[in-house]
Amino acid sequence: MSEFRERIEAAIPALRRYARALTRDAETADDIVQDTLVRALRSEHLFHGGDMRAWLYTILTNLNRNRLRTLARRPVLAPIKDSDATTSGPDSGGRDIVRALEMLTEEQRSALLLVVLESLTYREVSEVQGVPIGTVMSRLARARNELKAYLEGERPLLRRVK
Amino acid sequence: MTDRDWIVTEDELNAYVDDELPADRRSAVEAWLATHPDDAARVAAWRRQADLIRERYGHLASEAPPARLSVERLVRRRYRPVLSAVAASLAAFLIGGAAGWTAHSIHSERPSELTRFASDAMVAYRLYAVEVRHPVEVTGDQRPHLVQWLSKRVGAPVQAPELDKQGLKLVGGRLLPGPTGPSAFFMYENPAGERFTLYCGHTNDRETALRYTTRDQNGAYYWVDQNMAYVLSGPMETGKLHEVAQAAYDQIDRQPVPQGG
Repeated sequence: MSEFRERIEAAIPALRRYARALTRDAETADDIVQDTLVRALRSEHLFHGGDMRAWLYTILTNLNRNRLRTLARRPVLAPIKDSDATTSGPDSGGRDIVRALEMLTEEQRSALLLVVLESLTYREVSEVQGVPIGTVMSRLARARNELKAYLEGERPLLRRVK
Repeated sequence: MTDRDWIVTEDELNAYVDDELPADRRSAVEAWLATHPDDAARVAAWRRQADLIRERYGHLASEAPPARLSVERLVRRRYRPVLSAVAASLAAFLIGGAAGWTAHSIHSERPSELTRFASDAMVAYRLYAVEVRHPVEVTGDQRPHLVQWLSKRVGAPVQAPELDKQGLKLVGGRLLPGPTGPSAFFMYENPAGERFTLYCGHTNDRETALRYTTRDQNGAYYWVDQNMAYVLSGPMETGKLHEVAQAAYDQIDRQPVPQGG
């Protein structure tokens, strides 16, 4: 196997971790990872030998954004399938981190996960998200304050539209 | 040292938690936290969040990936994109949308040929930009063949601009129906996976400067040059579209007028 392919292979477990936390659904996460891999393997000629990890996270983040955009256009909203959510209701103190992450916008969630879960630097996240470092930092700060307020019970639970 | 020197911002607190602070600011933040219990509590809460996230999802990185994600397998088999169902539903939406557009045009002012080019081009962009496995009919490594074939079918010389300076490589192209007949469609991609397309075909409309239109999250610059309508489409949000369109416009504009044209 070529070095390029070996490096992609080595990144798969981390990509799955990120995709799972980003989408909160195991099946969707692996679908996105698969599409990311297909696109990366097909684009070997586009890879200039930079940071492979940041490149793969960029493709994955863009694919997820496309996916959400398509979903948003559908007239009928599908119920949120959350294979990670606990069955405990909000009254049993089940203000867990999965639900808390759902409170965030896509950009906030992606920035926070790339930093705390994937250990990317602010600079790498700014490349992945295609925004200045200052924007990454304000996304992080907002994400953390949202999560804190939610986990400490200061915010009402999300009301899901049926 | 005055108090001013010691003021620690929220950004610095975040950078402290993420180990992004230079060493001298690090000790300053630590000193600050020792005397500011509210901020110390916030930092502790942020660290707990990070721990919760890692506890919940960290194990996935040590789990063996399912067989369908094996690189060897993906290379060997010609996998269709998993999310093609999404593309299919998008196509259905677009066809519905196009019908709506046609119905609308009957009852109102007839749109110019160029407007119809822009509309068709954006439909094509939305349809093919999300395609992972089969975005084009002829790939970019066969550029001369691609350009020759499309020129022949369109009935006039078309060209695929060089957009390397904008970080874009030619993915390839395909032949598409257009408002006036066959149209050429070139697709470009940058390393981040963002795609831009150039759509062009014959028109009787007069020459124009660059015009701009948007639909959903996508934008398109379009213009007419020497009886050819051009539409350059791409994502709006990253701000690269204008630069790419300008580069394509400049290159096409510099082409010599064909003999007898």
